[in-house]
Amino acid sequence: MTEKIPSADTATKVEKSLKKRRNAQWRHRQYGILAISLGMFALLALLISVLGRGLPAFKQTVLNLEITTDAVSLGVDSLDDKQLFDTANFQLPIRLALRGLFPDARSRFERRSLNKLVSTGAGFKLREVLKSNPSFLGKTFKLEVPTSDDVSAYVKGTVQINSEGKAGKLNRQQVKWTDTLIEQGHLKSVFNSAFFQTADSREPELAGIWGAIVGSALSLLVCLVISFPIGVLAAIHLEEFAKPSKLTDFIEVNINNLAAVPSIVFGLLGLAVFLNWFGMPRSAPLVGGLVLALMTLPTIIIAARAALKSVPVSIRDAALAVGASPLQACFHHVVPLAMPGMLTGSILGMARALGETAPLLMIGMVAFIADVPTGITDPATALPVQVYLWADSPERAFAEKTAAAILVLLVFLLIMNLTAIILRKKFEVRY
Amino acid sequence: MRLLTHKMALALMFTASAIAVFVTVGIFASLLFETFRFFQKVPFFDFLFGLTWSPQTALREDQVGASGAFGVAPLILGTLLISFIAMVVATPLGLFSAIYLSEYAAPKVRDTIKPTLEILAGIPTVVYGFFAAILLAPLFRDMGEIGGFYVSSESAMAAGVAMGIMILPLVSSLTDDCMTAVPLALREASYGLGATQAETIQKVILPAALPGIAGSLLLATSRAIGETMIVVMAAGLAAKLTVNPFEAVTTVTVQIVTLLTGDQEFDSAKTLAAFALGISLFLVTLVLNVIALKIVRAYREKYD
Repeated sequence: MTEKIPSADTATKVEKSLKKRRNAQWRHRQYGILAISLGMFALLALLISVLGRGLPAFKQTVLNLEITTDAVSLGVDSLDDKQLFDTANFQLPIRLALRGLFPDARSRFERRSLNKLVSTGAGFKLREVLKSNPSFLGKTFKLEVPTSDDVSAYVKGTVQINSEGKAGKLNRQQVKWTDTLIEQGHLKSVFNSAFFQTADSREPELAGIWGAIVGSALSLLVCLVISFPIGVLAAIHLEEFAKPSKLTDFIEVNINNLAAVPSIVFGLLGLAVFLNWFGMPRSAPLVGGLVLALMTLPTIIIAARAALKSVPVSIRDAALAVGASPLQACFHHVVPLAMPGMLTGSILGMARALGETAPLLMIGMVAFIADVPTGITDPATALPVQVYLWADSPERAFAEKTAAAILVLLVFLLIMNLTAIILRKKFEVRY
Repeated sequence: MRLLTHKMALALMFTASAIAVFVTVGIFASLLFETFRFFQKVPFFDFLFGLTWSPQTALREDQVGASGAFGVAPLILGTLLISFIAMVVATPLGLFSAIYLSEYAAPKVRDTIKPTLEILAGIPTVVYGFFAAILLAPLFRDMGEIGGFYVSSESAMAAGVAMGIMILPLVSSLTDDCMTAVPLALREASYGLGATQAETIQKVILPAALPGIAGSLLLATSRAIGETMIVVMAAGLAAKLTVNPFEAVTTVTVQIVTLLTGDQEFDSAKTLAAFALGISLFLVTLVLNVIALKIVRAYREKYD
């Protein structure tokens, strides 16, 4: 009997195609792995490029100088002058000390290039030191002063000597001086604490992040104070008390759509309503916080509703059964149980608000502000806006600052997200 | 007493949830108001169909081009170009990583990779802008030099790719949700007929999840259209009518930022133009969202 059985034929056919099908399956899997690896690679490239560029900014190069502070070097008539701190030229003793190290710099041009080795912030530092220790006046003492950003970049190795013997903006003579200073041990790299103490500056070596951090903190405070209570109350209303009606439906749809409105549109709202109609101050954390609050509101409402939803009905029923009013059942029993979830959602919302830049540009928080804000109506800037501002600066040293500011921003975001995760893990109750 | 407190508390809570509506109405009203003032200065059709965008304000009355041109076409083309590049990057990457994570990956692998990918969603957009400007743009420029064609130092490509990376986790997690929502019965029926896992995914799960995936892609597109910082930092300001991804283009959001940062009087056509652009952006993203949410919801109901 050699008659073909149809089913056996199908079986061989299937068997023949199996290899091809399994290969297809294998390829399909590899595509997925490839896609994920590409995503991971992008994340890694982003983090490494920011870290590589930003870390040098946490180091600062200082110059150790022996400084004489008599009347002549300060350019005043007498040291007893009450107006000394307003009239004296504090940059002068530093220049003299530097000239003492390199006595062969005689021509105007040479002296000017020599002066450019130190930062203009050196004079401020000397002034501060003398102001807090008046006994140093008239004496000779050692002081570490910040160098200019060009020297700093050369010492850190972010710029190399080119074929003409120049390094970045340093000319050949300046490079030679810097090398001598390194050899004699006058130059030192220290932790850049000034970066965390000052606000923005036109000089890259003096620019700090503290002003932006305070600005962001104040904005977030305003944002939290407004959006958290409103968001939680709205969520309680929608989840616990609102009866299904067209109005409730409308509100719900509205909240969902609001969550997807581009952030820049909130900035336009802030500009038109808060600044132009209400006349609130420009560039203030108050307005920034208000705009961010409107933006975070939907996020908080959605998170708070999810938290309320996870509390089982039996809790409500039990409270009602022992005579609690609906309000008491809700606020004494359901809300406390849902609180960790609500807080987690709010922290995540705040983290998003912290990274938000576009709406703050609209309300003028993008201005150059050299003072640390002291209140919510002071002009201020915010961390991400500072990143944007520095990224826009043509000076090379600001690129380093930009990456460093990004690192600070990312650290804050990490802390907030970790807090949210820990909070969730710690208080998570499974019913 | 109890009743009074109850009523007051209810009223308070209702006000809180009504604020969300006020905000929407506020956005719409304020934008509309300023837009009307803009259209008193610039004709509506010039705005909508004009082909040149050069919103300078005149220093002198008789200056050449003193009135400025407010044709929105180059901006819309630029926005679409960059969003398109972003979607070209994000769709395959997001789709395939979602397929792998939801279908192939072991639970342990999934639990580590998914949160790691989602870090990408938590990074502020200004960081992506920096990334695009300082890493991607020079990269594309160098690649162009090697390949022998000109790539502008600020290009739609750099901004689009950075944006694609940014929305990748959004596409991936939304798609993942859609695929997990496909009932087990469909999968098992397919396996029962002898299909391989890949065949089941391609011929059963993906078609079943398609409406949801389409919805998520729409949501992602709307995010890309409204994205500001990446394009401000990496796409440039040149309002050109071009679809060449290696040239500098400008977008609606970039122009809003440029028009409104810097000092100027509030009544000029230049400033008001930003609000006209804002309302266009608001309406487009709103429509995209409503459609996307409708699709996703309709699809969910089918399987519940």
